[in-house]
Amino acid sequence: MATEDTIGSLRATTETDVWNGGTSPYAVVPKKLGMWLFIVSDAITFSALIIAYAYTRVSSASWPRPFEGPSIANATVMTGILLSSSITVVMAVRAAKMDARATAAKWLMATIVGGILFDVLHIREWLGLIGEGVVLFKNPWGVPMFGASFFTLTGLHMTHVTIGVVYLGVIAWGFNKRKYNADDVEVSGLYWHFVDLVWMFLFPLIYLMSARTA
Amino acid sequence: MENAVAHAHVEPKKPFMIVWGILLVLTAVEVILAYQELDLRVMLVILMTLSIVKAALIISYFMHLRYDRPSLAWTLMPALVFVIVMMFVVFPDSLRLYYMRPK
Repeated sequence: MATEDTIGSLRATTETDVWNGGTSPYAVVPKKLGMWLFIVSDAITFSALIIAYAYTRVSSASWPRPFEGPSIANATVMTGILLSSSITVVMAVRAAKMDARATAAKWLMATIVGGILFDVLHIREWLGLIGEGVVLFKNPWGVPMFGASFFTLTGLHMTHVTIGVVYLGVIAWGFNKRKYNADDVEVSGLYWHFVDLVWMFLFPLIYLMSARTA
Repeated sequence: MENAVAHAHVEPKKPFMIVWGILLVLTAVEVILAYQELDLRVMLVILMTLSIVKAALIISYFMHLRYDRPSLAWTLMPALVFVIVMMFVVFPDSLRLYYMRPK
């Protein structure tokens, strides 16, 4: 009875008006709030880099638009893969909440495969560009900052994808082993969706705005 | 260590599948748009509008913010939007350089 009373009183305090001293104003586990705060700060980092790229591009006399059809097709496939890897995370979180541990781990593995595929396609694209002579401060088409902005933005994003692959791998393994609970799966999913979200800006700004159309 | 409360509610799959479909369609629209020989500024505005719609869908559904307490969204989003908008102060300067460039 004592435990029931404790739960009862806890529920009462969490349901107090959120701006009036409810003990859990957001009604989320602390690590979820922590991940959200990280995501907001990370979003500001990406925004600053995107703004720097936009500033450089606007103030440059002519910005290269070198991406041919195959590059755009490659980046479009990458976008599809990343969007689909978000839905597999949704499925993983859903399975985790139903305590279907093996199913959740399988969906997380599907997400990891998507992340690795994204990285592989992107690295292939990088190597192709480097082969054409695009490096950080030099490229065959003019404005030297093209390479710097391209490699910085896509490189930071690729780092996020790679970290996400490792992170989801650890969570999938630990959740299957009952070391982690459904909240951990949800929090890792939050990170993965954010990586997907950032790409929704990078893809049009870097690739589509620099597609060779003529 | 199992959290019994976590199993309490499981949402239907359908809205998430629909959002996934919309995101893929919007991506296709963006790619088609890139080949429409539009003025680059017009294209930028349309592409960014679509990207913001996509971001909002990801945040609301995939990242679940729509289903969480409004207090969470109100704590996180206005500050983020404000900071990003403040970064736009650099653009008058980049436009100054654009108009100063040798013709």
